[in-house]
Amino acid sequence: MLVLALDTATPAVTAALHDGDRVLAESTTVDARRHGELLAPAIEHVLRECDASLRDVTAIVAGSGPGPYTGLRVGLMTASALAGTVGVHAYGVCTLDAIAYASGRGEPFLVATDARRKEVFWARYGDARTRLDGPRVDRPHDLPGELPVIGAGARMYAETIGPGRVADPEYPSAGALAALAAEHLAALTPERAAELARVPEGRIDSVEQARELAVLGPARPIYLRRPDAQIPGAPKKVTA
Amino acid sequence: MNMRDEPIVLGIETSCDETGVGLVRGHTLLANTIASSMEEHARFGGVVPEVASRAHLEAMAPTVESALAKAGLRFSDVDAVAVTAGPGLAGALLVGVAAAKAYALGLGVPLYGVNHLAAHVAVDQLEHGPLPKPSIALLVSGGHSSLLLVPDVAHDVISLGSTVDDAAGEAFDKVARVLGLPFPGGPHIDRSATSGSGTAIAFPRGKYDDGTLDFSFSGLKTAVARWVEARAAAGETVPVADVAASFQEAVVDVLTRKALQACRRYDVKDLLIGGGVAANSRLRALAQERCDAAGVRLRVPRPGLCTDNGAMVAALGSELVAAGIRPSALDIPADSSLPITAIHV
Ligand SMILES: [Zn+2]
Repeated sequence: MLVLALDTATPAVTAALHDGDRVLAESTTVDARRHGELLAPAIEHVLRECDASLRDVTAIVAGSGPGPYTGLRVGLMTASALAGTVGVHAYGVCTLDAIAYASGRGEPFLVATDARRKEVFWARYGDARTRLDGPRVDRPHDLPGELPVIGAGARMYAETIGPGRVADPEYPSAGALAALAAEHLAALTPERAAELARVPEGRIDSVEQARELAVLGPARPIYLRRPDAQIPGAPKKVTA
Repeated sequence: MNMRDEPIVLGIETSCDETGVGLVRGHTLLANTIASSMEEHARFGGVVPEVASRAHLEAMAPTVESALAKAGLRFSDVDAVAVTAGPGLAGALLVGVAAAKAYALGLGVPLYGVNHLAAHVAVDQLEHGPLPKPSIALLVSGGHSSLLLVPDVAHDVISLGSTVDDAAGEAFDKVARVLGLPFPGGPHIDRSATSGSGTAIAFPRGKYDDGTLDFSFSGLKTAVARWVEARAAAGETVPVADVAASFQEAVVDVLTRKALQACRRYDVKDLLIGGGVAANSRLRALAQERCDAAGVRLRVPRPGLCTDNGAMVAALGSELVAAGIRPSALDIPADSSLPITAIHV
């Protein structure tokens, strides 16, 4: 097994290779404005670092968000186009699940990332592998109380949620994303894995849809919001 | 590289609402497949960038696969990938650029990030053969209105003028709304105008005699709205066909006048018209009439190659490969305001 994983759903642009046992190479650059420029070179970099070719890759996994849309799409588009040329399946893993997994926590906690517009994308976990609620999008002061909060959203709104609750990690790591995906892929028959990768019609743009997500699913974006667009009324008059 | 005389180029275009994928070999068109999100935008009365970006992500891989199937090719037959790097909607461009980089990386072939406007020029070669050097190009659509001097589409394209406010196609959309016609306005105004008179109402022609090769359509659009509102306020019915025809006449009069002025000024005998508005029947007719009178040869690609499409990007990519131009790096940005001086990035 050789899993290529990438995530562009947060300011971190990250790529990694995982052989089913361990992370072979990983690249992480934090730059919220340059996902489109940084990702392809990062993939080249991790491949070169372990002397691997894309032909050796058996599955491609992208963080499916939720996350600011422009960056998010770069990772998912890259994964699905690469998968097409290599002839393997592309999968999506909820970015918040990958952050949770990387924390290694055994007790309940929240993951929160920046959703812009003074909101956070968040989910509640029982432990590092178990999502209990979410992903959702809300104002930081609406997060459930008490539990520790990991992810960049915790740091950004430390004053609102209480500085004592802020914990690491801040960003997702593609290494953790790859490890999580590898763990799930190893437990699946090839037929079931292929079924999971098949992209159903439509997008995940509501919390209701998002709640049904399996950890490993099709490489499609979790938006949680519908596009902002107003249906116009009558044309504005130009004469007063 | 395959053992053929000319390489096969995959072209990807996502600057606005069309997910365009084209395949060409030299000047031969192999496939031109388009997925449009226009229906999703229609109820908003214009292209919504976020809606377009979402649609590009969903449509890209299936559109590439259907283009390959249509051409009877496999991924391994592709020798180079070209993509619109700008100008256009930033978020929409980014999806295409990410896809193109991944295709180039996955196939191990060179990437060419290209200029959307230059691609509108290059595409005509798929239909009418090599472009005379130099040519003048008039590119008119909902997103751009430009006059270009094209000494050599792979090396040298010079901007002579462009709109200082609205694009021509944008004016069509806005006037269509005022007249209660659906979005996109171009085809509806064209159709309505056939039963009206282009000389019924004397609408203003912006920058008509200003000596520049620039355009302005904002004043015209406002004048049409005022005229229609005055009629409505007086309780009179609005003669939609006459308004459409007179508005359209004003637009195409200015466009063709400036295009012929450019030909004269630079002593060029070949005029190319491209972009979505090139589908307008009155623009084609008046351009032909004025070109004939001036001894200028007119080239207009068929409508499917005039509107935004992937074949135009592949056509320009093919031109760049043939010219021996170095490929783009995998870290090129999508540039929403890419100047025409950058034919490739
Ligand atoms: Zn265009």
